[in-house]
Amino acid sequence: MARKVTTGARIGWTIAAWVVALLIFFPILYALITSFKTEQEAIAGFSLIPSGTFENYITVEEQRDYFTPFMNSVILSVGSTILALIVALPAAWAMAFAPTKRTKDILMWMLSTKMMPSVAVLLPIFIIFRNLGLLDTRIGLTVMLMLINLPIVVWMLYTYFREIPGEILEAARMDGAGIWQEIVYVLAPMGVPGIASTLLLNVILAWNEAFWTIQLTTTNAAPLTAFIASFSSPQGLFWAKLSAASTMAIAPILILGWFSQKQLVRGLTFGAVK
Amino acid sequence: MATQNTKTLARVMMAPSVILLLIWMIVPLAMTLYYSFQNYNLLTPMNVSFAGFFNYQYFYTDPAFFQSIWNTLVLVLGVLAITVIGGIAIALLIDQPIFGQGIVRILVISPFFVMPPVAALIWKNMIMHPGYGVLADLAQFFGAQPIDWFAQYPLLSVIIIVAWQWLPFATLILLTALQSLDGEQKEAAEMDGANAVQRFIHLTLPHLSRAITVVILIQTIFLLGVYAEILVTTNGGPGYASTNLTFLIYRTARLGYDVGGGAAGGIIAVVLANIVAFFLMRAVGKNLDK
Repeated sequence: MARKVTTGARIGWTIAAWVVALLIFFPILYALITSFKTEQEAIAGFSLIPSGTFENYITVEEQRDYFTPFMNSVILSVGSTILALIVALPAAWAMAFAPTKRTKDILMWMLSTKMMPSVAVLLPIFIIFRNLGLLDTRIGLTVMLMLINLPIVVWMLYTYFREIPGEILEAARMDGAGIWQEIVYVLAPMGVPGIASTLLLNVILAWNEAFWTIQLTTTNAAPLTAFIASFSSPQGLFWAKLSAASTMAIAPILILGWFSQKQLVRGLTFGAVK
Repeated sequence: MATQNTKTLARVMMAPSVILLLIWMIVPLAMTLYYSFQNYNLLTPMNVSFAGFFNYQYFYTDPAFFQSIWNTLVLVLGVLAITVIGGIAIALLIDQPIFGQGIVRILVISPFFVMPPVAALIWKNMIMHPGYGVLADLAQFFGAQPIDWFAQYPLLSVIIIVAWQWLPFATLILLTALQSLDGEQKEAAEMDGANAVQRFIHLTLPHLSRAITVVILIQTIFLLGVYAEILVTTNGGPGYASTNLTFLIYRTARLGYDVGGGAAGGIIAVVLANIVAFFLMRAVGKNLDK
């Protein structure tokens, strides 16, 4: 787009865009700043300059054992995503490279399972989990999150695989490659970027999932979502410590998210917007 | 290409996903349907009996039910309006030739990655708190009376928080669509003497229609299930002022230990979600097939 723009207009647009962007980002920024304040400073009125104490971070770890929920979040999000990939990979593969008349219907049906309200099956899941002794266990929640994200994983992989040209497969077959050689030497290397993107987006989704993680855990398997939610009924004032816990809970995924903007659009619109 | 052999192989490869999702869809839903016709309270698990349609009647005649449906509607439509209109405006702004576009994008997209409890607690304590929040400081600076957001405008407060979380998503998708708009077309329109408003209505908006439908469809699915934001801020109150259907069912089921009532509510939620999905899919279908 080679439109000529005056420097003045450009500066005007730039200022407007930055003001809007900073306003939207402000709550996150303010939580970050507050996490370096003392509790007295945190409630002493608006201020963007903290005294720079790390005390809150230390207190959160020492008093509330921050490390356990953090590790639970890592295990649950990565574990459920890898599990979902193992189940979804063959399916996406088959649908992309050996489509039948029903492939589209199956894909739409998978998507429709996402429309079922979670709360409608809250009780059955709760009772099944209770009877199987899965409440508050990492394995139970990992399976749960895997099921939640499976349709998205299948869809994402499918849209990526579909873009691999079929001619390459035929060429490989002409050269005498068997189906497994085809998969290992031709498809796998071409599919890696798509698989990586799918992994990234689903780790983010699983990390932030805040219905089942809160409903099905109490302490042992509680990830950061449940841990932070437990701060909602505090004893006394705790702004700065809450900010420290919040900052630690969102920082890793925020940074991952910044790298996944493109995949986010693709993955969450099921390939409809690229 | 698809010989009988590969067809069989394809079926085997799809089987795990299909079977898992089938089980995931049918078993819990069948249980919910079954429970919805039972008198079953988790506090008295020995006294289970057939209830007929009592649970539905109970749920349906509860005044909180209609309020929760209304709140759900206001919440979904409110957030959709804010995010779609705001998203278009911000996407247009970022699409201008600005300095530091990459960083602006990163700042704008960030709230989407903040987990719901954190987002809600930051807003509740640091932004909207009537005593110590930034908005209260601002009000005092101008000599105004600070607003007690969650007491005075509970549903609006939840809408603001949820809209903040979803605005980045709408913006990002609309921006992506915007950037695929042909520059030459824009120039041609400009040369034909179309002004900025005309170009927006006749060129940009039609081009964005597909992205807008996608945003509405996907956000609606997620917005019907808003839960954590309500849990950590208003807890559904005061009264039922900020209770949506999801939260009402949660309350009946988990806090009231009423399995039958919660299940009946769940079935109602499924029916409503299906009605929404049906109309959405039909509206979107046309747009997506293009």
